[in-house]
Amino acid sequence: MSGLLREVWAVAWPDMRFMRHNAKNIVISSLMLPVLYLLAFGYGLRAGDVEVEGELIPYIDFVIPGIIALTCLSSSFSSTSTRMNVQRLYYRSFDEMMMCPLRDSAIVVGKTMLGMIRGIVGASLMFAIGYCLEPSHMNLTPMLIVSVLVSCFTFSLLGETAALLAKSHQSMATFGSLVITPMTFLCGTFFSVAALPGIAQGLLYALPLTEASLCIRSATLDVYAFPWWALLVLIGFGITFFAIDMYLVRNRKV
Amino acid sequence: MADDYIIAVDGLVKTYGRKTAIAGVDLHIRRGEMYAFLGPNGAGKTTTVRVLSTLSGFDSGRIVIDGHDILREPREAKASIGVIQQHISLDKDLTVWENMMSHARYHMMPREERQARIDELSEYIGLGEYFDYRVDDLSGGWKKRVSVVCALVHRPKLLFLDEPTVGLDIQARRGLWDLLRRLNDDGMTIFLTTHYIEEAESLCHRVGFIDGGRVIAEGTPGELAGGIGVSTVEYFGPDRRTEYRYFRSREEADGFAKGFDDTYSVTVRRTNLEDAFVEMTGSNMGDSGSAGGGTRRSGPEGEAGT
Repeated sequence: MSGLLREVWAVAWPDMRFMRHNAKNIVISSLMLPVLYLLAFGYGLRAGDVEVEGELIPYIDFVIPGIIALTCLSSSFSSTSTRMNVQRLYYRSFDEMMMCPLRDSAIVVGKTMLGMIRGIVGASLMFAIGYCLEPSHMNLTPMLIVSVLVSCFTFSLLGETAALLAKSHQSMATFGSLVITPMTFLCGTFFSVAALPGIAQGLLYALPLTEASLCIRSATLDVYAFPWWALLVLIGFGITFFAIDMYLVRNRKV
Repeated sequence: MADDYIIAVDGLVKTYGRKTAIAGVDLHIRRGEMYAFLGPNGAGKTTTVRVLSTLSGFDSGRIVIDGHDILREPREAKASIGVIQQHISLDKDLTVWENMMSHARYHMMPREERQARIDELSEYIGLGEYFDYRVDDLSGGWKKRVSVVCALVHRPKLLFLDEPTVGLDIQARRGLWDLLRRLNDDGMTIFLTTHYIEEAESLCHRVGFIDGGRVIAEGTPGELAGGIGVSTVEYFGPDRRTEYRYFRSREEADGFAKGFDDTYSVTVRRTNLEDAFVEMTGSNMGDSGSAGGGTRRSGPEGEAGT
């Protein structure tokens, strides 16, 4: 096990150095989009209370956890996918790593670390902003930490899948447009999925950001029961993405 | 003895869809050898290196590197090899030192050895003062040197180089050649692909001609060149085409050359590797299968078999 962890760290180390070189940019870019969403949806629209699990919650308190979930998605996915895509198709430094005696699992897990950390940093900053604005409903609970960690890992693995499948920079952009952008707006971040018709609900529950939003919102507001089933589904998505990434790396489909 | 061979390849086949890139290659490289794959563009050189270095899969055959089957023991095989790819494949967001350290870490070198080895190699190659430079700020020749350090940092027994001097100026090229000779003198096995005849001829103990995904001839540069005749008559006449004839002896070549009148420009010289390559493949060093620039014919008198 320690051998695997050492290999994971070896794979992640260059990405940590990259993050160190770009720390300021990373913090600014991690916050830009969530803050814009907060201003536009949270304060610009100023919608009324939202009913969740029988509880009436002010919209700003409802939307901040949704934006934390969204930050996990956008930071983790884009950090992992962009850097891996550049390393694989442009620098070709990914090939160098593939020729080294590393376990496939260490490569898959190690390459998620940059996205994980950026997602956690972004979510933490967003939580801090939310706490400053609306302290009454922002609770730092153990399940919030678990939910953010699982979400960042899952979305980072999804970013890896996208980067490993991409045949060009354009195909990465297409993946973002077709998968990530719809998830951003539809998966319970800005409105309650429960308010939609049954079929639409079914479709949206089949997307990982919906589960992440449910978990993070419940853990942050801490006024109704935590949706354990949503966490399990989110973990299931993570396992699925991990299995796909392992297949792509192991069979040299990269 | 199987253990004498650091590379043992039998019946290697690799296809991309309907295109066959490697069509049944057998290859046995001894430890300490410097071996070149020489072939035109598209002949299968790069694909062979990618397969041997475990970067690409293959359809059939068996590859054993340093005693390890690369399908059954890929990590052990990978630990024995260093690879310098045709294109610079460094992380351009990182510094020179960070690229080197990444490779040392990928090979799980102990902490206390990593920096010492990087310092040793950088001094050997003259890179120390560039440690803090971003890779993208270096010239092509210096980037290639960084690639060399990265490939050597874990003390591989076998070094693959795919077209190592493409894009380098003559000074950088000669510097790299000297380095490869030194490494080979120190016992490292070197397998390189090239389409520069002089590179293979001056560096390597043995050369394999590859064309259309097959090894069509193999031997020392002398054996391959001598196989078509030791002397060549190269003549350029009123029809403005260069022709070549090969002879078993200098005397026979001189006798043939005396038969031309003043309208011909005639040169008698030793047969070289390029002559042998063109004779055997029917192509110059352009694209695979293309026709040669000059007309080549084996002479009717004193003709040497090809």
